[in-house]
Amino acid sequence: MSSDFRQARYSEPLLIEKGKPGRVGTSLPPWDEIRDITELLPDDMIRDPVNLPEISEPELVRHYVKLSQMNYGTDSGIYPLGSCTMKYNPKINDKIASHPTLQRMHPLQPEDTVQGVLRMMYELQESLAEIGGMDACTLQPAAGAAGEFTGLLIARKYHELRGDMTRDEVIVPDSAHGTNPASSVMAGFKVVEIRSAPDGTVDLEALGEALSERTAVFMITNPSTLGIFEKNIRGIQKACHEAGALLYYDGANLNALMGKARPGDMGFDIMHFNLHKTFSTPHGGGGPGAGPVAVTEKLAGLLPVPVVVKDGNLFRLDYDRPDSIGKVKGFFGNTGVLIRAWAFIRMMGGTGLTRVSELAVLNASYIRKRIEDVYPVPFRTRDELTKHEFVASASFLKENGGSAKDVSKMLVDRGLHPPTNYFPLIVDEALMIEPTESETMEELDRFSDALLDIATATAEQFSSAPRNSSVARVDEVLAAKKLILNWNQLKEE
Amino acid sequence: MHYLPNDPVAEEMLGKMGLSSMEDLFTDIPEDMRVKRLDLPPGISEVELVRTVDKMMKESRGAGDMPMFLGCGFYDHFIPSAVEYVMSRSELYTSYTPYQPEMSQGILQALFEYQSMMSDILKMDVVNTSMYDYHTAIGEAILMAKRMNHRNVFLLPEIMAREKFQVVENYIRGAGIETRTVPFKDGTMDLDALKGMLTGEVSGVYIENPNILGLFDKGAMEIRSIMESRQVLVVGVNPMTLSIAKPPGDYGADIVVGDVQPLGVPISYGGPTAGIFAVSMKNVRKMPGRIIGATKDAEGRRAFAMTLSTREQHIRRERATSNICTNEALTSIMASAYLASLGKGGFRELGLQLASRGRYLAGRIDELEGFRAPAFAGHFFNEFPVSVDVSVSGLLKECRNRGVLAGYDLSRETDLLEGTFTVATTEMHTNADYEKLLEVLVKSREVLL
Repeated sequence: MSSDFRQARYSEPLLIEKGKPGRVGTSLPPWDEIRDITELLPDDMIRDPVNLPEISEPELVRHYVKLSQMNYGTDSGIYPLGSCTMKYNPKINDKIASHPTLQRMHPLQPEDTVQGVLRMMYELQESLAEIGGMDACTLQPAAGAAGEFTGLLIARKYHELRGDMTRDEVIVPDSAHGTNPASSVMAGFKVVEIRSAPDGTVDLEALGEALSERTAVFMITNPSTLGIFEKNIRGIQKACHEAGALLYYDGANLNALMGKARPGDMGFDIMHFNLHKTFSTPHGGGGPGAGPVAVTEKLAGLLPVPVVVKDGNLFRLDYDRPDSIGKVKGFFGNTGVLIRAWAFIRMMGGTGLTRVSELAVLNASYIRKRIEDVYPVPFRTRDELTKHEFVASASFLKENGGSAKDVSKMLVDRGLHPPTNYFPLIVDEALMIEPTESETMEELDRFSDALLDIATATAEQFSSAPRNSSVARVDEVLAAKKLILNWNQLKEE
Repeated sequence: MHYLPNDPVAEEMLGKMGLSSMEDLFTDIPEDMRVKRLDLPPGISEVELVRTVDKMMKESRGAGDMPMFLGCGFYDHFIPSAVEYVMSRSELYTSYTPYQPEMSQGILQALFEYQSMMSDILKMDVVNTSMYDYHTAIGEAILMAKRMNHRNVFLLPEIMAREKFQVVENYIRGAGIETRTVPFKDGTMDLDALKGMLTGEVSGVYIENPNILGLFDKGAMEIRSIMESRQVLVVGVNPMTLSIAKPPGDYGADIVVGDVQPLGVPISYGGPTAGIFAVSMKNVRKMPGRIIGATKDAEGRRAFAMTLSTREQHIRRERATSNICTNEALTSIMASAYLASLGKGGFRELGLQLASRGRYLAGRIDELEGFRAPAFAGHFFNEFPVSVDVSVSGLLKECRNRGVLAGYDLSRETDLLEGTFTVATTEMHTNADYEKLLEVLVKSREVLL
């Protein structure tokens, strides 16, 4: 069970614990007419200087380099965090996003000075609509959950415009991402959760019972969070539309389907894309991302303003959309993220994106095949297929004193990022595994071998992991029990 | 296909799995639902992409191509190379939410440092790791106020960016909250009018300091004293101004919102930035968003981890404080690297310089015939309102034709500010830029007279 992986382990001080009075990390341009603060502000509004760190540029750089060495990203190795699609982030995308013209382009500039970036946004809208089989697209939402919220606001307005005022419920499966119910509540809906069928797909009977004249939307992701394609999607679509509800596609799992099937063709009315997942933009340790929303023709007028439109050879921002839901974020979306996704689509083309999904599904299926005799996959369909991810259970390890969390900590010790743990909630001791298309066969084998090896660990080995990471097992209970949320509170300790 | 290492070994892998073709993995998708091909332009090489982007950028111009005095919350500040370099460390930017704290101490410590520095700047106990932006942070603050006092009426300033009203409306309608607007007087909120509006059903008040005109609120120091203790004071800030101006924690703010953009984040045609969200310790459990806490590891060493996750959507689902998951963590770290780079002395010095430049430029514009700057009396930082005796939209268009983006026409935001535009300046401007602006303002006005 040994591994030669050792993550950097520094006792790196906090920025405020470093430096000496008088040190600075940058220089300012000169300005001759600096006024006294008493001339600039009334007495009761003046503050003392903020107690920020005093460090030089080399100290600043070394600090963050050390922190980065105590961190693991997709550039470090496999990152099979299920439902997060942690694929490789192409370097050219970062380079073009930091183009000096784009970086210094103000969102309130006149349209004729920003034609290039508007062209990029227009092309991205069009490409996403094509990939999703939809008719119109907004790039404004900043993340997947923001996309869900936007889609649900569109649904609410759609029903309202039709005078259908009783629809105040959103139905979600029990396997849904936590954002689905949370976004529904923020958009003013009640949440109705339905159980999954024994094979993990949508239980049509349960759906039928839940649907009513109060249903505004049924939200699902396909493939589901179990990685299973909803074969009944036609039946689901028919039931929802007959009940007068709209069908929402949570795009978190789109990496399984590009060029194979399109949500629009399956009968979905609204969908969001996670550009930081499917379209290769970096996850940034939690963000930024982007969550564009695409809709069918009948909902196009409800998209947030502005939408980028093409008038002859000119691109412009169209605000004249009387049925629009308004705005969900300032300005036009996370442009620096959008341009990366645009670049990915341009470089891959339709054929390349199709290959992305094929290899994402192949890679996940390959790991599953290698480990499923040891780590059972409890929800399975008759054809035994899963798509870009699958959910195995570590519950058999309980008798050895192990858990999904322990398996994860032992993976950490081998320099492998663990899968998502304890989600979806319907699988006991869940390990949700999504390797993405970026991993080599060799890395998939290394990961599978590690999982198989860990399955024979002893209780002592489980509980003592991890040993090779920057810190040993972190006391998360203490973090919640005794809140220390900034360095002043830490100093008082 | 250079991002796809298994492209040439796919057959071998399928063979190992006992499958004969890739199609065998997709037989679960009904035939009538399959798409034949995606109608997208064919893929291109990296060289061609670079060429396309160069062309695209030539069709656009930024602040580096023409003097620009636009602000309204987005300011073109200088970004030190060390800060840009730090942001290029891919162990940080290619990671995700630190669900496995043991192998994510780097991002966790960097976020804890952001929380700490922002806490000191705002004088608030707790700062989350980010909301999407300023606009959405206001919406989340109003929702949180309702969680604090269960009241349904919220007061907003009458003069505020149109987009902020629109975003707020979408955020709060689902919760059944109604907004009312407080009139402004002489450029900032009318405190007498506010007093009359603070009835028992009012959940809280939002003020911007500085506001859309760039002016510090004249009543900010008093406002807490005229509110009931249960009513929530939400203050929106430009964090750069807090280099010299009193922090909202010192005048009774319950929730502080804003945007980190002025702190070393490129304006990048509107995003990504990061929304600031801060509260006091007693309300931390009602707060939206991700929070990092200090704790210990099994060997007793200092360590960091996400905490209070039970407020969040992945645990609490429909009872979560917000739906936010992916946020703007990396941008928050960029802001803290920038603050650390400026440091205690540099932050103060830059603040004094920006406010001094604002005063200087306003003074110079005010000397021009037909212009008044600031158009309303009051204190300001690096942005101020200007009025002119000709059409503002015509004037700005003429300036633009002469190669200067001279300011922003506030009548596009509200009819109440017809005839006013804002001018913003930063340390990026040279004396030549100022002279060019003044010359162009004079010439453009003359054309319109």
